[in-house]
Amino acid sequence: MEDTQQFDATRLLAARTPVIELRDVRKTYRTGSLAVEALRGVTLTIDQGEYVAVMGPSGSGKSTLMHIIGCLDVATSGLYRLAGEDVGHMDEDELAHVRNRRIGFVFQQFNLLASMTAQRNVELPLLYAGVDRAERRARATAALERVGMGDRLEHRPGELSGGQQQKVAIARALVTDPDLVLADEPTGNLDSLSSADVLAVFDELRRSGRTVVLITHEADVAARAQRLVRMHDGVVAPDEQPSGASPR
Amino acid sequence: MNGLETLRTGLEAIRAHRMRSALTVLGILIGIAAVIMTVGLGEGAQAKVSSEISSLGTNLLTVSPGSSTSSSGIRGGFGSATTLTEQDADALASRTVAPAIAAVAPTTQDEEVLTAGTTNWTTTVVGTDADWLSVRARTVVEGRFLDDQDVAGHADVVVLAPTTASELFGFEDPVGQTVNIGGIPMTVIGELNSVGGSGSSSSATSSQDDEAIVPISTAADQIFGGTTRDSVSSILIEATNSSTLTAAYQETDDELLMLHHITTPADADFTIATQQQLLSTATSVDKTLTVLLAGIAAISLLVGGIGVMNIMLVSVTERVREIGLRKALGATPKLIRRQFLVESSILGLSGGLLGAVLGIVGTQVLPSLVNEPMSLSVWATVGAIVIAMAIGLGFGVYPATRAARLAPIDALRSE
Repeated sequence: MEDTQQFDATRLLAARTPVIELRDVRKTYRTGSLAVEALRGVTLTIDQGEYVAVMGPSGSGKSTLMHIIGCLDVATSGLYRLAGEDVGHMDEDELAHVRNRRIGFVFQQFNLLASMTAQRNVELPLLYAGVDRAERRARATAALERVGMGDRLEHRPGELSGGQQQKVAIARALVTDPDLVLADEPTGNLDSLSSADVLAVFDELRRSGRTVVLITHEADVAARAQRLVRMHDGVVAPDEQPSGASPR
Repeated sequence: MNGLETLRTGLEAIRAHRMRSALTVLGILIGIAAVIMTVGLGEGAQAKVSSEISSLGTNLLTVSPGSSTSSSGIRGGFGSATTLTEQDADALASRTVAPAIAAVAPTTQDEEVLTAGTTNWTTTVVGTDADWLSVRARTVVEGRFLDDQDVAGHADVVVLAPTTASELFGFEDPVGQTVNIGGIPMTVIGELNSVGGSGSSSSATSSQDDEAIVPISTAADQIFGGTTRDSVSSILIEATNSSTLTAAYQETDDELLMLHHITTPADADFTIATQQQLLSTATSVDKTLTVLLAGIAAISLLVGGIGVMNIMLVSVTERVREIGLRKALGATPKLIRRQFLVESSILGLSGGLLGAVLGIVGTQVLPSLVNEPMSLSVWATVGAIVIAMAIGLGFGVYPATRAARLAPIDALRSE
């Protein structure tokens, strides 16, 4: 309970502080004697309520950037503040808590657990947050209703189409009411119809003031964002307006 | 995430891989059932031996020739020495010399072929006197037992134990019939009661229902023959009651030492064994067997445990993505570890419980199939279940730790 109160307090403070603040972030992977510099000094600030698309060719470092923003990996050097909190020196347990409370993930492969119903899948982050069962059910139902999956609570992932599965995954990302929704190629495995469906959900999130970072290599997906961040060779190119980046 | 939720998640994971989980459980199950059944077999054998030994007679002392060489009851020259005589037995029978002794039965014995008509039967022929019946706590179901006149008169009479009687005469009444022992025709005067010895080779008392009792005098000069006609193979002594058993032991010891002109008790040329000693000797053999069998069962349990570890490692490898996802959603390494430990414990515990059921059924069904007594040991059953769970837990530690250590990005990346 204390945690929740503290969480609310930081949320209020965070209203003014940027959700993401990266300063000269570098990441070097070492495999044996080989060192690969995936990020070569990324500086990026994303404010609350922004809908940002990160684009770049493969090998540009956008996946690495997503891992670091998502607290799934730690930068080799540089500063990363997530909602004002320095996550650079956290241990594994603290990072797990940050991921649980502040970030909602949407993956390309949906990553739903096949043995669980849609509702149980959406409940999962709440389970790790220590929320009791009745509240979990209620919040999971609400989140699924919000993405238009209210009538599929008891369906298992195998019984849902790709687009529906991704919407369940989005519901799972939203259920903890995170500071940031982080989507990694959310339409990468979907046909154009399902893609449009899923992107419509993201549009709705933007309208409701949710901070969304979307990683994609599809220009038409990126075009729907407010802001476009281009990655190239481990650095961020200057911002451009996605509307100016004439969609074909 | 509380314990109940962890349990539920574990059960879900096990249910998702029914076949694999069932096979893993089977490994533990067999080990546990084996432990319960071997311990049951061992305990059953021990119980049987002790009941048979107490059926030999109460307050009984057995004096054997030769000296004891170790506390475990292994006797040097047991049975081969000829240091005990009928005179020793007569002396002990004296009320004034040994007031704590109620009855004395000197015995000689040998394997002989008994012939009745065309039927042959080889059995133990025991030469003794009238006191044998009370010392051995036996009764005669037909006819009569040997009396003092038979012994004094070297009478050619024999009392048969029930198995011997039925082998020689079938369903005919043996009393009054004639049996040839070593070429001497002897009249059957009685039949002993049955003590229910199953005749299994594991028991020292197996021959109780298969023996022929003759007067010791007749045995010495007509059947066994030989040069040492006064010597006996053992002297059975019955104390007046259980409280005088120690006194009877002391009196026997003192009297025989004196009669044999032995000054230091350590040089005694005879050994006195109480029922308790016989019992511990006989059961110690079975105990060794039980430990051996239980050891083999424990190894099978260990193999079952390795099976659990193996399957949990497979499970971790197979569920790398799931682990990665759970970590991304906020599961701490500790929670992941606990989840896998709960899973392996459930496998172990269900193996233990099912194995206990099989073991209990086995101890009820098996005795009639193998003709060996088995008793269900409560401590072995409870212990086996606890051990099974501990095995699940113990062998789950390594796979669970591996799962907990997986880096979330590596886990999510894997296909």
